[in-house]
Amino acid sequence: MNLLASMRIALRALRVNKLRSSLTMLGIIIGVGAVITMIAVGAGAQARVEEQIRSLGSNLIIILSGSVSSSGARLGYGSQRTITEDDAYAIHREVLSVQAAAPALRGAGQVSGGSNNWSTAFWGVSPEYFEARQWNIVAGRGFGQSEMQGSAKVAVIGETVAKALYGDSDPVGQIIRINKVPLTVIGLLERKGQTFGGRDQDDAVLMPITTARNRILGAAQSKRRTVNNISVKLRDDINVAEAEADIRSLLRQRHRLQAGQTDDFFLRNLSEVLSAREESSRIMALLLAAVASVSLLVGGIGIMNIMLVSVTERTREIGLRMAVGARARDILTQFLVEAITLALIGGLLGVLLGVIGSYAIGEFAGWRVALRAESIALAVGFAGIIGVFFGFYPARKASRLLPIEALRYE
Amino acid sequence: MVEPLIVTRDLTKNYHLEGFPVHALRGISVEIGAGEFVAIMGPSGSGKSTFMNLVGCLDSPSSGEYLLAGERVSALSGNALAAIRNRRIGFVFQNFNLLPRTSALENVELPLLYCGIPPTERHRRAVSRLEAMGLGDRMHHHPSQLSGGQQQRVAIARALVNDPVLILADEPTGALDTRTSCEIMALLQQLNRDGMTVVLVTHEQEIAGFANRIISFRDGRVVEDHRVERPSDAAAMMAERPAEVEA
Repeated sequence: MNLLASMRIALRALRVNKLRSSLTMLGIIIGVGAVITMIAVGAGAQARVEEQIRSLGSNLIIILSGSVSSSGARLGYGSQRTITEDDAYAIHREVLSVQAAAPALRGAGQVSGGSNNWSTAFWGVSPEYFEARQWNIVAGRGFGQSEMQGSAKVAVIGETVAKALYGDSDPVGQIIRINKVPLTVIGLLERKGQTFGGRDQDDAVLMPITTARNRILGAAQSKRRTVNNISVKLRDDINVAEAEADIRSLLRQRHRLQAGQTDDFFLRNLSEVLSAREESSRIMALLLAAVASVSLLVGGIGIMNIMLVSVTERTREIGLRMAVGARARDILTQFLVEAITLALIGGLLGVLLGVIGSYAIGEFAGWRVALRAESIALAVGFAGIIGVFFGFYPARKASRLLPIEALRYE
Repeated sequence: MVEPLIVTRDLTKNYHLEGFPVHALRGISVEIGAGEFVAIMGPSGSGKSTFMNLVGCLDSPSSGEYLLAGERVSALSGNALAAIRNRRIGFVFQNFNLLPRTSALENVELPLLYCGIPPTERHRRAVSRLEAMGLGDRMHHHPSQLSGGQQQRVAIARALVNDPVLILADEPTGALDTRTSCEIMALLQQLNRDGMTVVLVTHEQEIAGFANRIISFRDGRVVEDHRVERPSDAAAMMAERPAEVEA
């Protein structure tokens, strides 16, 4: 007897008991649906983390002012600014593995524009900042070297600031005021979203570092040209540890630190923090899939249960089939195919449920979900394996019945 | 003398029932020739059903020998026995044993399914058997939509579909009324006249009277084996009785 004929017999047997077949399938449908949905949610979370890593700039090192000692008391990081704008230019010039190094000087104040005002952070940065942070301009333009040298009264604003001041209308060309200094908005920054700490990266105004120092923050800041941080973007395929060592030795030399003296600056490599986070989201995705797999397993046990009942119920049918010439192998095939058919139909319906579930979660919970063909194939394949695994025992039981006893069974 | 189709030599069958040994058959040696119509009789517990199971290759003997058409069946494996049941023996049961919720046609096709006959050929053979049984217009009915007599005729069509050498009928009229019983017996007699060997198990004297030979069993032994000089003619008996309306 060929497989196609077995399939037809199996389908008929399943049709005869529609309610029972569909309830049995339900276990597999829910199991497969859960696996697909959970993998999609997990993959979505992972994709989100990867995107955040990209938004912060890959191969990014941030240099912060380090700890300094003042009269024997050690002060915390950044309590006194030790790094300067020139450090940034020196790093760019002298460390070959560096693609861009951009100083940033922070200030905070009330920004007014249009008929609104908004309290925000503003950053004086060099034009390389956009490259170092991989931050694009979506409308208008950024500023260049000539505007840096001339302390031009221009600014580029983030999406949050643009919304707060101008709502949905185009901010490019508008005049904003920070500490009474009027600045022309020449560009709108691409949306970056939140940092892991929950800080809104789009709540920012960027301007040439000279403009910030000379026109807004005032003379006190201008003497030593110190900055809050330097963003360093490394070239691709660079050993981060080696690049960090080069930067460190250059800065120690520039800051005239003796051997044995601690660094007065601090290098932070964000990708390390982020890859830890990526790892944890990967583990979460795995955990979700594992929990969902349990429900698939329970569905499989449901199949075994029903198949055992079915074998008992159809003992006479089995006896008759044997009497007219079915071999043990034919009976085994018939019941195995029946179990696999249950599992596969359940699996395919489960795919449907999983796809719908994934979209529903994406839509209503607003989570990022990522459906992948591999996860669908995996879930269906797993359902088939469950059909074989849990169908085998009942099928073997059926095939081992003795024809005379099966025929006489009441 | 025709070559015997069935030869059993000192066939025994023992089994255990709740721990007690039961000697169902205590040495049966019979020969049944091709073309005979044999009735096996005996009270319940006489071993006639056990004998039927052995002859039908549904069970294996504890000792002794069984040859079907010269082949030593008692030495064969499970798969080989399944093939013998499939190709050489047609079964007719008391309770018909048709698959429920399955059309008459598919029931008749069932034995052909297990010997690799292609679907169109299966269909052709089953249709012609059903038509020969006068069920051409009932082929797509389910057993529950057929009368007892019609169901038994479907079962006989199924028994014949693979051109067996032997029909084994186990109380084929046990679930039928007198007139329908007569009709089925007439059918079996007709098959026998056309050359088919028929072995029938029954406990009714009247039914056994349609056979050419009666073998009586008691306590696992053959107690009587005689030829029937003038078997009753079921077709003639049917003609005498007034036809009843059949559902």
